[in-house]
Amino acid sequence: MIGSAIALLLAGLLSASGAGEIAGNERRSGYDFMTAQTRAMQDDEAANPATLWLLDGESLWIRKTGSADVACTGCHGDAAKSMKGVAARYPAFDAELGRPVDLEERINACRTGAQGAPPLAWESHELLSLTAYVSRQSRGQPIVVDGDEKLKPFIERGRAIYERRQGQLNISCAQCHDQNWERTLAGNPITQAQATGYPLYRLEWQSMGSLQRRLRNCLAGVRAEPYPFGAPELVELELYLMWRARGMKVETPAVRP
Amino acid sequence: MARAVVTVPPKAKRGEIIEIRTLIAHRMETGFRHDSYGRPLARDIVTRFVCTYNGAEICSANLFPAISANPLFTFTTVATESGTLAFKWTGDNDFTLDATASIVVE
Amino acid sequence: MSTRRQFLVAAGALVIVSRPSASNATPAMMQEAVRKVVGDAQIRKGKVTLDLPPLIDNGNVIAMSVSVDSPMTPTDYVKAIHVFNEKNPQPNIISVTLGPRAGRAMISTRIRLADSQTVTAIAQLSDGSFWQTSRDIIVTVAACTEEIS
Repeated sequence: MIGSAIALLLAGLLSASGAGEIAGNERRSGYDFMTAQTRAMQDDEAANPATLWLLDGESLWIRKTGSADVACTGCHGDAAKSMKGVAARYPAFDAELGRPVDLEERINACRTGAQGAPPLAWESHELLSLTAYVSRQSRGQPIVVDGDEKLKPFIERGRAIYERRQGQLNISCAQCHDQNWERTLAGNPITQAQATGYPLYRLEWQSMGSLQRRLRNCLAGVRAEPYPFGAPELVELELYLMWRARGMKVETPAVRP
Repeated sequence: MARAVVTVPPKAKRGEIIEIRTLIAHRMETGFRHDSYGRPLARDIVTRFVCTYNGAEICSANLFPAISANPLFTFTTVATESGTLAFKWTGDNDFTLDATASIVVE
Repeated sequence: MSTRRQFLVAAGALVIVSRPSASNATPAMMQEAVRKVVGDAQIRKGKVTLDLPPLIDNGNVIAMSVSVDSPMTPTDYVKAIHVFNEKNPQPNIISVTLGPRAGRAMISTRIRLADSQTVTAIAQLSDGSFWQTSRDIIVTVAACTEEIS
């Protein structure tokens, strides 16, 4: 029902060839595409529902757990100091695994490794709360995913997914988000898909969610089979999106429609 | 795990009108949705909110499914005396949540 | 103004589910819901300001404020504010009981609206009178949602 309407609208919007990245100074956060009310929700901690998850993340940060009976504070102390700038450089290369990992995977590696605790499930309240709390410590920092040479092949893999036509609607991320941002689709503005505020509170979900969840929504939106949580494709896409947003400021926890 | 975030100025002048903001974690499941198998999802909402100021009720509300998840509710009161503002939310499935905030009134 | 926050713990759970398709209310249902509150009294237009944004990002979360022109003295105050809608499955949105201690007759919250429709706010004054105002609001559906519809 919605799908065929979108297919028709898209037929009008999309050009055949790719046109490349958005110029650096033309990049805009999803914040700019929202109404004043939704922006106010993001800006005001007392009104941003994400604050509830941040408070839970703070509790988890200081709670001892696992066979090692140690809390995050055991190694990392005060998150405001030790975690400052961390989310701004994730996904990051994990030498042991030989591939990039996102912040959720990094947190779970700490849980299973240093704490001897079971990993937190994808999109669980605990993992979202902890990831939001850690990412919050980078709020206002510029995204710096670009340095590591070892990340380059994975950034290119992410870019290839981003530019590839997918799904029954047979469109690529680039076609909407690089070529047609600022237009509207079914009454909603198409943003540039700059992943600056994750995990974030999405009004559509009425809940906090990760970038992987949002990417799975996008894939469902073009009628492609969404990659499962934790799939390397999703991490590569995350990596590419953060590289694409390099220099833009972290907004976590953002609010988005 | 769910919490309440209550925002009250810690200090106020006697007679000053202060703004009180409350935000609680609650899904506010409307009772009108279905899961992916088509089965109805039972209603699970906060139905009542009461605020007292040193024991006297100053504001109350009946909430309905049309209130968004993680309800935000803002209202005002006159700062009359120092003391405690107490907030209570109740709802379906024996939901109950309490919070308090202190205020110093000069 | 610095803030002070308190928090406590209660139980909760998170479930990801699909979009609703329930039968919606009608203006007649709304009128009935209004009658339940107001009875036979005449509802006059005025005194009430209903703030809803002109553009909505998402029908799940719409910032709404209602304020009433009233001195809020012990002899002349707003007893209650009731808000109704005409197209959600249920006609009531919120009913708030106030009193002279409020200082100002103003409430603010976030609501859900299922479709473009009219929202009506009714104020009940201490002298027994009722006053109302309505606003039309346009609500669109999100383009890329989670479920396959």
